Amino acid sequence: MTEPVIQAVDIVKVLGKGASQIQALRGVSLTLACGELILLMGPSGSGKTTLLSVLGCMLTPDSGTVRVHGQSTTDARPKDLAKLRRDHIGFVFQSYHLFPTLTALDNVRLALDIRGAPAKSAIAKAQDVLATVGLPHKMNAFPGELSGGEQQRVAIARAIVGGATAILADEPTGALDSENGHAIMTILADIAKDPSRGVLVVTHDPRIVPFADRIIHMEDGRSYAALAS
Amino acid sequence: MSLTFRLAFRNLFQDRLRFVATVIGIVFSIVLVIIQSGLYLSFERMVTTMIDHAPADLWIVPLGTKCFEDPSLLDEHDREHALSVQGVVEAIPILIGFTQWTVPNGGTTPVFIIGSDGDGAGLHPWNFVEGSLAALSAPHAVAIDRTYFARLGITGIGDTTEIREQKAQVMAITSGIRSFTTTPYVFTSLDPAQIYVGTSKSRVSYFLLHVSKDADLIRIRQQLQARISKIEVLTPDEFRNRSRAFWLFGTGAGAALFVGALLGAIVGTVIVAQTLYSSTRDHLAEFATLRAIGSSNTYIYKVILWQALLSAVIGFTLAAGVAIVIVQLTAETALPIVMTPELTVGLFLLTVVMCIVSAFSAIIQVMRIDPARAFTQ
Repeated sequence: MTEPVIQAVDIVKVLGKGASQIQALRGVSLTLACGELILLMGPSGSGKTTLLSVLGCMLTPDSGTVRVHGQSTTDARPKDLAKLRRDHIGFVFQSYHLFPTLTALDNVRLALDIRGAPAKSAIAKAQDVLATVGLPHKMNAFPGELSGGEQQRVAIARAIVGGATAILADEPTGALDSENGHAIMTILADIAKDPSRGVLVVTHDPRIVPFADRIIHMEDGRSYAALAS
Repeated sequence: MSLTFRLAFRNLFQDRLRFVATVIGIVFSIVLVIIQSGLYLSFERMVTTMIDHAPADLWIVPLGTKCFEDPSLLDEHDREHALSVQGVVEAIPILIGFTQWTVPNGGTTPVFIIGSDGDGAGLHPWNFVEGSLAALSAPHAVAIDRTYFARLGITGIGDTTEIREQKAQVMAITSGIRSFTTTPYVFTSLDPAQIYVGTSKSRVSYFLLHVSKDADLIRIRQQLQARISKIEVLTPDEFRNRSRAFWLFGTGAGAALFVGALLGAIVGTVIVAQTLYSSTRDHLAEFATLRAIGSSNTYIYKVILWQALLSAVIGFTLAAGVAIVIVQLTAETALPIVMTPELTVGLFLLTVVMCIVSAFSAIIQVMRIDPARAFTQ
């Protein structure tokens, strides 16, 4: 049996201090397997983004365990967590978070550059991935010259170019119209068909439910029964 | 071109107005440091000009002499004692002193007399543009620098005047022998110098010693100290250091220049720090993204340090250009600003250090970024 891309068991996370303390996650367990696309849904404040941050090794849980590609994040130092993110996780953000002063090609190349990849091969690989997401003609365009859908494609290309096995997407269609949202989800679903990769999408958008292999609902820091698509 | 450099370059140039303000700040700061340092160097050189141009192996100076311009006097008879020490070939008396030069309207202006015999082995003027050293052997002959023509009311060689009511005739003119005290130097031979300064024939300021090639300087110094009372025997380097110490630190002039340079460096550091800080603040979302996607701290520091280095190189290049113009404009003034290759390299390194130190505020800011911020923005 293939090892899960990410496995979280009984995660508890408390945010804030004193009177403003919130128990954001109350014993959440989740497994992202290879070749699946999970939708994480729920109302605002339900703990979706906190869970995404814990699964993405940006936050460490107060209790429970997270394993990324078999490696536990318990007691990991910030630089070890950064390495886990660099090596295994690709992020897609709602507002793209592209570098406005870099071209689409350089934005994608950046994900390889932080891994120390040689410039020549990084450029070639970034070009390939941009072509894969349908932007072979926009490589030298700056984010400001691209539509929202195109920017999100560049962000997806950046997330996958380094060979990440877990793609974590936070509201990837949130800022897009239905046509572009559909196109983006099609790309993410294609990525999830890769037997070495898993995709977890946090969303409010009911239009993308048909793309899910599983749906996990969250409320008040707890996860509820998965629904089959 | 590395991606970190490209990112730094574009971050820096994205807000051109802010970048221009930064560069102007750096330029002003570095120009200030250059001027202060250049003045310091110039002052340091000028206070030892006479010692530098005196072909001495040793100097006999009055006990406690603080600088070349010190008014203390020696007994001329000590020359015989000096010559009696084995290895001393020549002991040339030199007299210095302030006195009054009569200008054409009948008024007077202070001048600094340097009287020396020695036919080239003493302390004589240099850089002659008219006349020669030989001309100074004529009665009442003096040499002045052409820089001081207007101040002294002189139009050219052959002009006569009075120094302390004694006749003097300009028989030689030099170029570039300026005094940091702004009081013009007047060179003459020893006898008229004693008259112009108003000292007795038996009093001189220094003895400039020449020793034989194989002489033991340590032994000569010891014997001179033993035979002559109330004197010190100094090497040229020791005399130079003593003069520098007095003028640069004893008077506070050097400290003032140093503090000015330090202030310039501090102002520059603060300006660059402020810019890098605000630039980093403007790009926090991008740095958070970099952290979120797993970038190492080193990678992010590289971006910020490239920004600092770019600011340093661009700022220093422009500042050096401005400084070259200032150096040229001050070349003929009483205290020209000196810019040596060593000073240029030193100031470039200072600029780089200044900008790198400035980057720390931005680096600390980036270190505090929570990568999870990328999800919430």
